[in-house]
Amino acid sequence: MAAPETSTAAVPTLHTNNTLRNAFGGVLSFFILLLIGVLAFLIRLFSVIKYESVIHEFDPYFNYRVTQFLTKKGIYDFWNWFDDRTWYPLGRVIGGTVYPGLTLTAGTIWWLLNSLNIPLSVETVCVFTAPIFSAFASWATYLLTKEVKGVGAGLTAATLLAMVPSYISRSVAGSYDNEAVAIFALIFTFSLYIKTLNTGSLFYATLNSIVYFYMVCSWGGYTFIINLIPMHVLLCIVTGRYSSRLYIAYAPLVVLGTLLAALVPVVGFNAVMTSEHFASFLVFIIIHVVAFVYYIKGILSPKMFKVAVTLVVSVGLAVCCAVIAVLIALVASSPTKGWSGRSLSLLDPTYASKYIPIIASVSEHQPPTWPSYFMDINVLAFLVPSGIIACFLPLTDASSFVVLYIATSVYFSGVMVRLMLVLAPAACITSGIALSEAFDVLTRSIKFQLPGVSSGAEVDEGETSSDTTEARNDEVKAEKPEEKSKDRPSKKSKKKEREHVEKPSAKAKVKTKAEKKRLLALPLEASAVSLLLLILLGAFYVVHCVWAAAEAYSAPSIVLTSHTRNGLHVFDDFREAYAWLRHNTDVDDKVASWWDYGYQTTAMANRTVIVDNNTWNNTHIATVGTAMSSPEKAAWEIFHSLDVKYVLVVFGGLIGYPSDDINKFLWMVRIGGGVFPHIKEPDYLRDGQYRIDSQATPTMLNCLMYKLSYYRFVETDGKAYDRVRRTEIGKKYFKLTHFEEVFTTHHWMVRIYKLKPPKNRIRGKTKKSKSKTSSTSSSKRSGTKKNPWL
Amino acid sequence: MEAPIRATEFLRFTLLSLLFFVCRSSPSHDLLISNAERRIDLTSHIVKVYLTLKVENAGSTPTSEILLAFPPTQVDHLATVEALVTKGKRKKTTLARLDVKPTELPDAPNGTKYFTIYLANPLNSGESTTLEVLYLFTHSLEPFPAEIGQSESQLVYYRDSALILSPYHIKQQTTFLKTPSTKVESFTSMEPTNRAGTEMKYGPYEDRPPYSFSPILIHFENNSPFPVVEELVREVEISHWGNLQVTEHYTLVHGGARHKGVFSRVDYQSRPNLNGVSSLRYLLARLPPRVHSVYYRDEIGNISSSHLRTDSRKSELEIEPRYPLFGGWKATFVIGYGLPLQDFLFESSDDRRYLNFTFGCPLLDTVVDKLTVKVVLPEGSKDPSAVVPFTVEQHLETKYSYLDVVGRTVVVMEKKNLVPVHNSPFQVYYTFKPIFMLAEPLMLASAFFLFFVASVAYLHIDLSIRK
Repeated sequence: MAAPETSTAAVPTLHTNNTLRNAFGGVLSFFILLLIGVLAFLIRLFSVIKYESVIHEFDPYFNYRVTQFLTKKGIYDFWNWFDDRTWYPLGRVIGGTVYPGLTLTAGTIWWLLNSLNIPLSVETVCVFTAPIFSAFASWATYLLTKEVKGVGAGLTAATLLAMVPSYISRSVAGSYDNEAVAIFALIFTFSLYIKTLNTGSLFYATLNSIVYFYMVCSWGGYTFIINLIPMHVLLCIVTGRYSSRLYIAYAPLVVLGTLLAALVPVVGFNAVMTSEHFASFLVFIIIHVVAFVYYIKGILSPKMFKVAVTLVVSVGLAVCCAVIAVLIALVASSPTKGWSGRSLSLLDPTYASKYIPIIASVSEHQPPTWPSYFMDINVLAFLVPSGIIACFLPLTDASSFVVLYIATSVYFSGVMVRLMLVLAPAACITSGIALSEAFDVLTRSIKFQLPGVSSGAEVDEGETSSDTTEARNDEVKAEKPEEKSKDRPSKKSKKKEREHVEKPSAKAKVKTKAEKKRLLALPLEASAVSLLLLILLGAFYVVHCVWAAAEAYSAPSIVLTSHTRNGLHVFDDFREAYAWLRHNTDVDDKVASWWDYGYQTTAMANRTVIVDNNTWNNTHIATVGTAMSSPEKAAWEIFHSLDVKYVLVVFGGLIGYPSDDINKFLWMVRIGGGVFPHIKEPDYLRDGQYRIDSQATPTMLNCLMYKLSYYRFVETDGKAYDRVRRTEIGKKYFKLTHFEEVFTTHHWMVRIYKLKPPKNRIRGKTKKSKSKTSSTSSSKRSGTKKNPWL
Repeated sequence: MEAPIRATEFLRFTLLSLLFFVCRSSPSHDLLISNAERRIDLTSHIVKVYLTLKVENAGSTPTSEILLAFPPTQVDHLATVEALVTKGKRKKTTLARLDVKPTELPDAPNGTKYFTIYLANPLNSGESTTLEVLYLFTHSLEPFPAEIGQSESQLVYYRDSALILSPYHIKQQTTFLKTPSTKVESFTSMEPTNRAGTEMKYGPYEDRPPYSFSPILIHFENNSPFPVVEELVREVEISHWGNLQVTEHYTLVHGGARHKGVFSRVDYQSRPNLNGVSSLRYLLARLPPRVHSVYYRDEIGNISSSHLRTDSRKSELEIEPRYPLFGGWKATFVIGYGLPLQDFLFESSDDRRYLNFTFGCPLLDTVVDKLTVKVVLPEGSKDPSAVVPFTVEQHLETKYSYLDVVGRTVVVMEKKNLVPVHNSPFQVYYTFKPIFMLAEPLMLASAFFLFFVASVAYLHIDLSIRK
């Protein structure tokens, strides 16, 4: 990519020797980039090699199902798709509520391959979309960092990003989620923004808004871009770095980008109406005011300008204040201040746990712990500060953007573990800059102190380069009075470009002259040792990343494995249950489960679900939560009113699978209780502690979730020892009156119950039936007499 | 216009009926069966009937056609009929296979259907010969009760006749029935009837006239699972680079008594001998030797419960469905494997190539309701023709696979109601020029070449207006 540019650019100006070197360097960096792409792709294939080529987790199953629909029915049916197999009886408008970027991308790849008669299945394409796009993302990182600190830093950053564990965790083969393509789009948008900022080219500005459109298509995280770039623009204006290039980089993005964003059905008018986009418009106004002021300043003499300023400031301020007051009043009139729940929980980390338990219940919305930083970005955490320092030497528009990016993303990652993903590229870019600058300094000082090694040619080169720098410095001086502060960054970038032409390794010498460099050189031993240490650090990073890719992040979560004495043992219970549902129940049967398993049930079992992972209707989820936390009879009535035929629970007590429904149960209680106040969390807690053993409350021991999970569990080992909670359960012997067990998987991880049909009412025999029910209840009591807590 | 057509039709009809009458009347009066022994094996869900007939020509004209009769209810379930004739004297008896073809006879009593056995040498008057006939019925065991719980055992009905249905006079006949266990709930008695252990004996009955029929009903325990493949699509793809890729799509159902009520895993796991005895836990597929890259999956991914055992003569793949199949439960899955091409592809004498492969389903002891075999020939092959030992429906399709331009010819063969006996080899002949093997590599190479040329051209063309 960069190779032909540099090599061709080098041809006309410089010595043949340098030309050759540049050409060689270009080709070399091209191949390095290619290898980085291959590395990024291959490191994500551990999941396919160790497990199988299968879609992972929960959300990817939904995306996979949507992609299947798209490839089968075509794009128009996809836009109009009303899905009646989920959120029964409400349904969901998929076409209007989904970010279509990922689906369309994979659908296009599939269509392209099939029109070339390469018969890959939709599943295969979906599995490998994420690794392919992570290769693209590392190339985009190269482009971004190259714009900031040159080719060396770019290559280092790309290498780091290719294997950063945080990103691997979201983009292993099979993890077919929005983030897989969105991170590429995010980095590429930023890199094009900086490219525009450095060149002032309208072409790149247009490209930038198109890539921004792709980002809007792909992920809700596009709001990060539309807030970060205005912040940077504002920063540039405030620090007196306004230039026409800044204007070109920003104004088309807002206008074109917003127009394009409004085309995406899920965004629509949100692109102008919600507060997430407010900052961009405010800055848009500000940049126009500033541009106008600079224009006026250019026309008028300094004295006239002062008069004009006082005039405008007095009138303009009043108008501005009025407008802003109106805006604020408008925004404040809406209950959430125009922000969506997720954004609000970002700005106020305690918001979700206070008001929206559904957002708080998702584990990836929790704040991260310190070890997770080390796990996810590893040594980059230490390199980032030095990278930030390197960004200040010298501070350009581009490097200030990087500093702003890392600062904001560190904050966001601290709020939500999921946003570690946004931090990862920033960390890679800054660490790439840090590493490359450090290598630059160290190798240069070694070079200067080993005169024997670098005698003839090296000295020559040094001389030529110093000559040219001097010459250019003169030039710069000549230019300075003309443009002053207006064009500061452009000179830098021009300089940089020339520098590239001159000699790839000489970029750090921008300001210093040859003599200065000699003074900056470190002692030979120190630099050699620190070089060694840096390499060690890099090696440690590589080892950690490979380990993380192979061991930590490759498990598809629908298949569990454990190593036993007899080798690998596979727990494939989820798919066992879904396959059973798919083949042995009626097509239109409704399956109720906690929302976590909604997407998988619709995709793998092809059955209608009540709630799923797209948690758009809190009441509906609360209904299911209430049913799960109610006693059997009440739960049966709720489920029956929803036309549910089967209830699916996930139970890990037999084999020790920790993320089962009993462990998630308190969230069901909380979410259910948030809408239906008769469900009270304290009823399920004994002295504030959640327990299922003999100390558990009667409400807990009688709720549906407990019963469905532990039905006949005692018969497995005679003691009913729960391996997850590490205790014997409280109530061991009980019968189900309104549900019957229809399927339990091999390791008991998924249990499916069927609602018994309502009993026939015998007219005129109410008395008898009454006596019957009383007798049954008494017999129930006698049957459960062994349990002292009833 | 109508009258002449009617006239000709009438003429044709009378002619035909006359002809049939001649055909029918001659054997039914001339031939007689001096001794018939029938052994019915009811141990699995495929009912095997071994019939030994001693046929005597009592007429004056030699005949080479012998008729077998079946009641219409059985014909629907009849999977195959084979007939062998014993040749030679007592010590050196050899068996020779005979042609058997379904035959339509007019005025057959009660819709009886016939199969004709064609003898190699006509049977002269006064001579006699011994025929060994084997025929198999599928779906002939009717579960009763039709729905059972998890802990109940599976009871089935078998209906047949105590007397062999035949257009000929039978002098002496005996029928033996073998049940899988000694547990027989009830059976129709027709003196003399004996029951000893797992075997029942009807007969011997003497001198029964043609078309004697005496229905019997046996109600017995059969706890073997009834694996029925409702539909099987086998795709055999030939690559002249040395591989034969086989992909088999199964829709499996347990054809026994339907499962009723709860399925309790704890009972199933703790008492496997009492619970779900008739459930289908695993299947065994016998694959050709030297099989490689075997996979077993369904639409939601790999199924981890399978074992492959290979030796030099055969490969055995033991597969477990994701869940044990109870009566009426279904499962779908795909088995795929690669085979070395030299074991299956040969050159015939007339310069054509032919594939020699087995037709039926590799799963043991399985009934296949509908089988589709697709042989995908390499791109550029011509004049395909298939040779199958039994009648199948055939047609041609075109399939586009990796980088195909004209598409690959696919020979499609369809057959219904198959049993393991149908696992016999078939051949597909075609002509193929080896130059076609190079088409796709050359295409790829030229595409890359063009790409590089284009890049070189792009780098050297300067289209800018300013100089």
